Amino acid sequence: MESQANMETRLWDYIDGLCSEEEKSVVEQLIAGNQEWKDKYKELLEVHQLMAGIELDEPSLRFTRNVMEEISRHHIAPAAKSYINKRVVWGIGAFFLLSIAGFLVYVFGQLPGSEISAPPVNIDNFNLDKVNFGKLINNTYTYVFVMINAILGLVLLDMYLGKKKRKLEEETGKG
Amino acid sequence: MNTGPSDNEIISSVLLGDQARYAELVKRYQNFVFTIALRYASRREDAEEIAQDVFVKAYRSLADFRGDSKFSTWLYTIVSTTCISFLRKKKIDTRSLDNEQVFEVADSQDSGMHANQVEQKSKLQMVNEAIKLLSPDDAKLITLFYKGEQSLEEISRIMGMETNTVKVKLHRARQRLKDRMEKHFVQEVKDLMS
Repeated sequence: MESQANMETRLWDYIDGLCSEEEKSVVEQLIAGNQEWKDKYKELLEVHQLMAGIELDEPSLRFTRNVMEEISRHHIAPAAKSYINKRVVWGIGAFFLLSIAGFLVYVFGQLPGSEISAPPVNIDNFNLDKVNFGKLINNTYTYVFVMINAILGLVLLDMYLGKKKRKLEEETGKG
Repeated sequence: MNTGPSDNEIISSVLLGDQARYAELVKRYQNFVFTIALRYASRREDAEEIAQDVFVKAYRSLADFRGDSKFSTWLYTIVSTTCISFLRKKKIDTRSLDNEQVFEVADSQDSGMHANQVEQKSKLQMVNEAIKLLSPDDAKLITLFYKGEQSLEEISRIMGMETNTVKVKLHRARQRLKDRMEKHFVQEVKDLMS
């Protein structure tokens, strides 16, 4: 025995014309041969036809004029694709990926037993053992460096896009 | 069905600087946009403000309309987002999205209706009354499907949902509308179904 909900779903799909040819003929046979399906179909079809009769409301008579008065104060903004340079977007993506990759390399390099943390260095004239890198490269310095770079990158990008957008808007306005 | 120049022809003219032609698009879609706005805002003034905002936004972004979908689908996406952000901003007293509350409102509205008033309603009036008893989302979905000339795929784009989700939601919305009608317009439904 088919559940009521399933029957209604199949009938709605049939009424909306959303079912396959095969399903359509199955439903048609069910409607023709089963009184319960026939009654439900009739009921849903009535609702469907009524819904098609939904009336649209109308705004006030001045509506179009109001809109036209309002848009006369605006310009059509240039299409986003005209001022968003894909190379810039890719550049930002690459910047963040490199930052993340650098950060990960640094983190893994700090793990005990990591080969990255103790690279074999062979420089004859320079004794690296005497240089205390720990004072220069520690977590705080790294975070501050990365953050400053990220903020500078975003500020520069914002300036670049803003300048380009203004230029295009001026051109559109003149046009 | 639209007659006369196509939407894309009008848009091309507007983009070339013939701003006045935008009025043709406004006239073509204003009733639909206003109706959807009215599903969210109970006051006509608010709905008109939303509708006006939609057309201004659409005008400003017209260069972004790529023409790979129908203009109406693109416009209704703006309607949808504008209605939602308008509600968030102004917190208008709409019938809540919570269906239980919707039904409570519906019950209280119907209880004040005299039997002879109900009897006088035509079938169409009855559906139009019943749709106002639904949640804004349900009402919008039904309006888009039946009056907006939008397919399920287009509605899914407008509402930002999967097509199957839209299908299930539409099915449930119609079921709720049917239930509302049966509950509040018992006699008429009996007459209709007989």
